[in-house]
Amino acid sequence: MTVSEDLVPEVHPEDVPQETFEVIGRVPEGATREEAIAHLRDAARAVRGRDIRMVRAAGLGHIGGEFSVIDILVTLYLDSLNMGPELLGDPDRDRFILSKGHAAAALYTTLAAAGFIDPEDLSTFMQPMSQLNGHPARTKIAAVEASTGPLGHGLPIAVGTALAGKLDGSARRTFVVTGDGEMQEGSNWEALMTAGNHGLANLCVIVDRNRLQQGARVADTNDLEPLPDKLRAFGMEVVELEGHDHGALRDAFANVPAASGKPTAIVAHTMKGHPISFMSDNVAWHHKVPSEEQVEAALTELEQS
Amino acid sequence: MTATAEKKLHDCRDAWVEALVELGQEDDRIVAVVNDSVGSSKLGPFQSEFPERLINVGIAEQDMVGVGAGLANGGKVPFVSAASCFLTARAMEQIKVDAAYSEHHMVLVGQSPGMAYGELGPTHHSIEDLAWLRTIPNLTVVVPADPEETRQAVRWAARHDGPVFIRVSRMGVPDVNPEGYEFAPGKAVTLREGSDVTLIATGTVVSRALEAADRLAERGVDARVLNMPTISPLDQDAILAAAAETKGIVTVEEALTSGLGGAVAELVVRHTPVPMRFVGVTGFAPTGEVGWLLDHFGISAEGIVSAALEILA
Repeated sequence: MTVSEDLVPEVHPEDVPQETFEVIGRVPEGATREEAIAHLRDAARAVRGRDIRMVRAAGLGHIGGEFSVIDILVTLYLDSLNMGPELLGDPDRDRFILSKGHAAAALYTTLAAAGFIDPEDLSTFMQPMSQLNGHPARTKIAAVEASTGPLGHGLPIAVGTALAGKLDGSARRTFVVTGDGEMQEGSNWEALMTAGNHGLANLCVIVDRNRLQQGARVADTNDLEPLPDKLRAFGMEVVELEGHDHGALRDAFANVPAASGKPTAIVAHTMKGHPISFMSDNVAWHHKVPSEEQVEAALTELEQS
Repeated sequence: MTATAEKKLHDCRDAWVEALVELGQEDDRIVAVVNDSVGSSKLGPFQSEFPERLINVGIAEQDMVGVGAGLANGGKVPFVSAASCFLTARAMEQIKVDAAYSEHHMVLVGQSPGMAYGELGPTHHSIEDLAWLRTIPNLTVVVPADPEETRQAVRWAARHDGPVFIRVSRMGVPDVNPEGYEFAPGKAVTLREGSDVTLIATGTVVSRALEAADRLAERGVDARVLNMPTISPLDQDAILAAAAETKGIVTVEEALTSGLGGAVAELVVRHTPVPMRFVGVTGFAPTGEVGWLLDHFGISAEGIVSAALEILA
């Protein structure tokens, strides 16, 4: 990866047909488990399709880590969170913080699917004066609880908002997603100590464990293992699951707190670039921008997924 | 130091904690966040009265500021209080992103700043904070000069819907502002009228500027003295009036001169260039107690007088 590839966007808005992307909405009340999972699966497929086109049009983005986290985001916003456009400003709404803010396109697309953002605005992603900045900003989008981008910020903020909820005796829960490479940041472990010592049962930390970071595998960079044991040692109740399994995700989110009086940590085993064959588990796709042919190939694979 | 030594000196931390306890009684959203700094922040009375509203994250400054931002998200009004050297240097990115860029209503309280820790040395001095923080958009930077200004700044910050940094001194300072003084961000206080030269001072060393003005008067020099309680925003009108109406400006601060001095110079150079001198810290300090160190760097009445006379020479 050369420096010029990192810094200079190759913008192709003219090549990109405007997607028709619509608000999908939450899993309907009374849906069976199978219906709920089908709703989430279809939504995640649509979100991935829109996401890859946004990244192509902007000439910038982090498609690998977006595709690893989309199933988590879709399950939270369309099913698990007590949070909807009508609840913005409600102090007792559930909080969600995307600490790995570089997956902004995935968040924006999910927020559009959930009705927080006008789907038409997605085409402004990273364009001049857009509210859809390359990293999410709470001053630009009402549904964004915390401005993130530099790593290791979201988890301490989540601990603070969970502490506020505990002080107020609120039933709300706080969910935060970190990348796994991001767990190399010391601030996260400071925050986990605080969360454990305060017994923040209203906090759920989800680690998007895709095992890759920008330049290499996490294990080859500064290894995290044994991650579940470390999280347990910091006072978390640890749940491991397959992070693209909507059923497992919704069950785990519904079960937070997984143990009384303790924060929950979900280690979600994912694949960067999932489920696209030529992107999946491939470190090169951290922030590579797909060609039009690659977009078409990915969309074809998505339709068959 | 004769004139100052005769006046009663105050530790501004007493005013800070009195104001915070008052606020805590009035508004249950007020919380304090500390890094094992209850004692050094003199927060004992707040902790006794509101034990659950004092969150001690231990020695973890990044977590401390992030937790503060999260408490703000959760509807609290957090006062994040720690030694200024650790708060500003260790958690700078959190101050930039979680407080300032995020426009959270949260208050960062930098305790014992400047060279207050004296003999403990430059690791514990916070001489860079004003230069660093004045460059951060959205952040109001307050440097109270005396207990009343400290009290009012704390109360103002509790009301202001945005991020604020307040620099609270432990080094004894006399009352410097007039009776009935009301703090307002971006408003300088004219402590002494004068037409020859202007001394613009902030924080702990405002009293030294006043003493310098007395000594200049003995030499027939009529010095204006401005107390500048906020470095960001600056009182541009008062500074530009001083530039237009006097022959030059001396800035005085217990910080690197790129703090207040740099801020005033940027403004003056753009609009009304006049000769300036910068009285402040110019490098990492040698070993010594704070009063000695201030004199060492020429942040003394004598040093300020020399700087003013250079302009008038």
